[in-house]
Amino acid sequence: MFRIGFHEAMAYRAELFVWMLTTTMPLVMLPLWLAVSETGPVGGYDAERFIAYFLVAFVIRQLTAVWASYTMHFEIVHGTLAMRLMRPVHPFWAYAIESLSAIPLRLVIALPVSILVLVITAGHHLVGELPTALLGLVAIVGAWSIAFFANVAIGAIALFTTSSLKLVDAWLAGYFVMSGYLVPLALFPPSVRAVPYWLPWRYQLGFPVELWTGALSREQVLTQLASQWCWVAILACLAALVWNRGLARFSAVSG
Amino acid sequence: MPPRDRAAPDIVVEKLRKEYRVAKREPGFAAAFRALFRRRYETVVAVDDISFEIAAGERVGFLGPNGAGKTTTLKMLAGLLHPTSGTCTVSGFTPREREVRFLESVTLVLGQKQQLLWDLPPVDTFELNRAIYQVPQKDFEARVSELTTLLDLGDLVKKPTRELSLGERMKCELVASLIHAPRVLFLDEPTIGLDVTMQATVREFVRTYNERHAATLVLTSHYMDDVLALCPRILVIDKGALSYDGSVEELVQKVRPDKRITARFATNVERVDLERFGTIVTHEPTRAVVSVPQDELASRAQAMLASLPIRDFEVVSAPLEEVLAELFARTRAARSSAPAGTGEPAP
Repeated sequence: MFRIGFHEAMAYRAELFVWMLTTTMPLVMLPLWLAVSETGPVGGYDAERFIAYFLVAFVIRQLTAVWASYTMHFEIVHGTLAMRLMRPVHPFWAYAIESLSAIPLRLVIALPVSILVLVITAGHHLVGELPTALLGLVAIVGAWSIAFFANVAIGAIALFTTSSLKLVDAWLAGYFVMSGYLVPLALFPPSVRAVPYWLPWRYQLGFPVELWTGALSREQVLTQLASQWCWVAILACLAALVWNRGLARFSAVSG
Repeated sequence: MPPRDRAAPDIVVEKLRKEYRVAKREPGFAAAFRALFRRRYETVVAVDDISFEIAAGERVGFLGPNGAGKTTTLKMLAGLLHPTSGTCTVSGFTPREREVRFLESVTLVLGQKQQLLWDLPPVDTFELNRAIYQVPQKDFEARVSELTTLLDLGDLVKKPTRELSLGERMKCELVASLIHAPRVLFLDEPTIGLDVTMQATVREFVRTYNERHAATLVLTSHYMDDVLALCPRILVIDKGALSYDGSVEELVQKVRPDKRITARFATNVERVDLERFGTIVTHEPTRAVVSVPQDELASRAQAMLASLPIRDFEVVSAPLEEVLAELFARTRAARSSAPAGTGEPAP
């Protein structure tokens, strides 16, 4: 299944490349913040640290991209979900594999950027200890899981209403503001800095980025990893609930 | 898998019913505004307490007008829709439970939906299905070879799906649907949009597959020729209710037993000269179709041959379309005059 998914990603390589261009916002934000930091560090971030943050954010974004909500919306509205339901594999697995199988192609771009981070920062702002790096891998899996289950939950809403893609837009709006995608969360005003810690988006991007750039202590890593996986569990339950309820009333919208 | 007992029922449907709750509102702005606060719903009965059995290896066709409940029934049998009440079992499984073994033993082909990966060649979809259904490589290769040979697909399976014609795509859909050697085939309008030659190819393929693998076949189609060519037994559904269950021949015999004599004449024949032989269905000066009672066919045919300048002569049954239209009219008339709840088949 991975192999076929990879073939599909290759078939859609031009589309994938265009889509990757739309995820380059961290690379756009980087020169802005570099200009701001010329006069001195901002909120503890100097130029080198900004470079590390936004390049790692770009890489994490590539590794955690999921578009299942769009696929599900298409299949539900056009009735082709029926064909998927006839297969003896839970559609969640199929959607997960379809998203994961594009990662090798994404790595073609993400890996050189990762190397660039190492070269520019001489590794100063990257996690150096193996145990923390291993936790970093778990955090990336958690970030992908949040993206995946949120996508599936929103996609399954198409079983109730054909306007589910509006919710994707709403989710992305929250992600852009609250994840640390445009602005490191440490630069938020103190009065609202705690808010993202209670929302899922931070754990989808900001947390793994901060972990990998060495901004968190071991204790903070463990605490936030627990919070991240709580969100994974909540969104997984939500996705299962919406899916099962929706499937029970599924009547092939387009016949 | 153990050999199949062809006499045993493979599909058992008892009092199967499916209702939909649909929102309803009057046209106009005021009604749209009212509907924001208070929506009105009505219940539509798509399938109305139908019961039947289908034996293993049997080929059965669902016939009925648009919205009759054919596809809804098929989707309930495939486990895609949950019945409102009643039961159905397919090969001993309850479809709505969607057990893995059930899904491995059936296939659903929807003429208007496709499972082929659009930008990849069909062979990739075949390979995907091999992995999903865990078909051993040797069996997979043998099956693909058998199916592609039967459908004369050749190297077409290596071209991207988007570059194939509608007919070629449907052939590949059939191969993809049969990779796991299902024992029950649900085919919903498999020949829709195909040209006459392609329809015949698909029909022949389905028949051969059924005969070779003893697979149970349930087919819906708007093309009467599909059903006539493939299905010794038909189930006629109208407004969700089963109005006939039996062979096409028996249906024609019951509903329109009269025979049609199509005659071509060497010289012009007036309408008035034909009226004594039976009911005139169509008339042109050198060609006419006359409907005659079946038990008087021989005598009337003899009389026509003796008294008219016949050049060509043919006796056929009434077309199935007409037979069905008559059946639907009778069923609806019977239903409107019968007390509620007595939904027995009409003829």
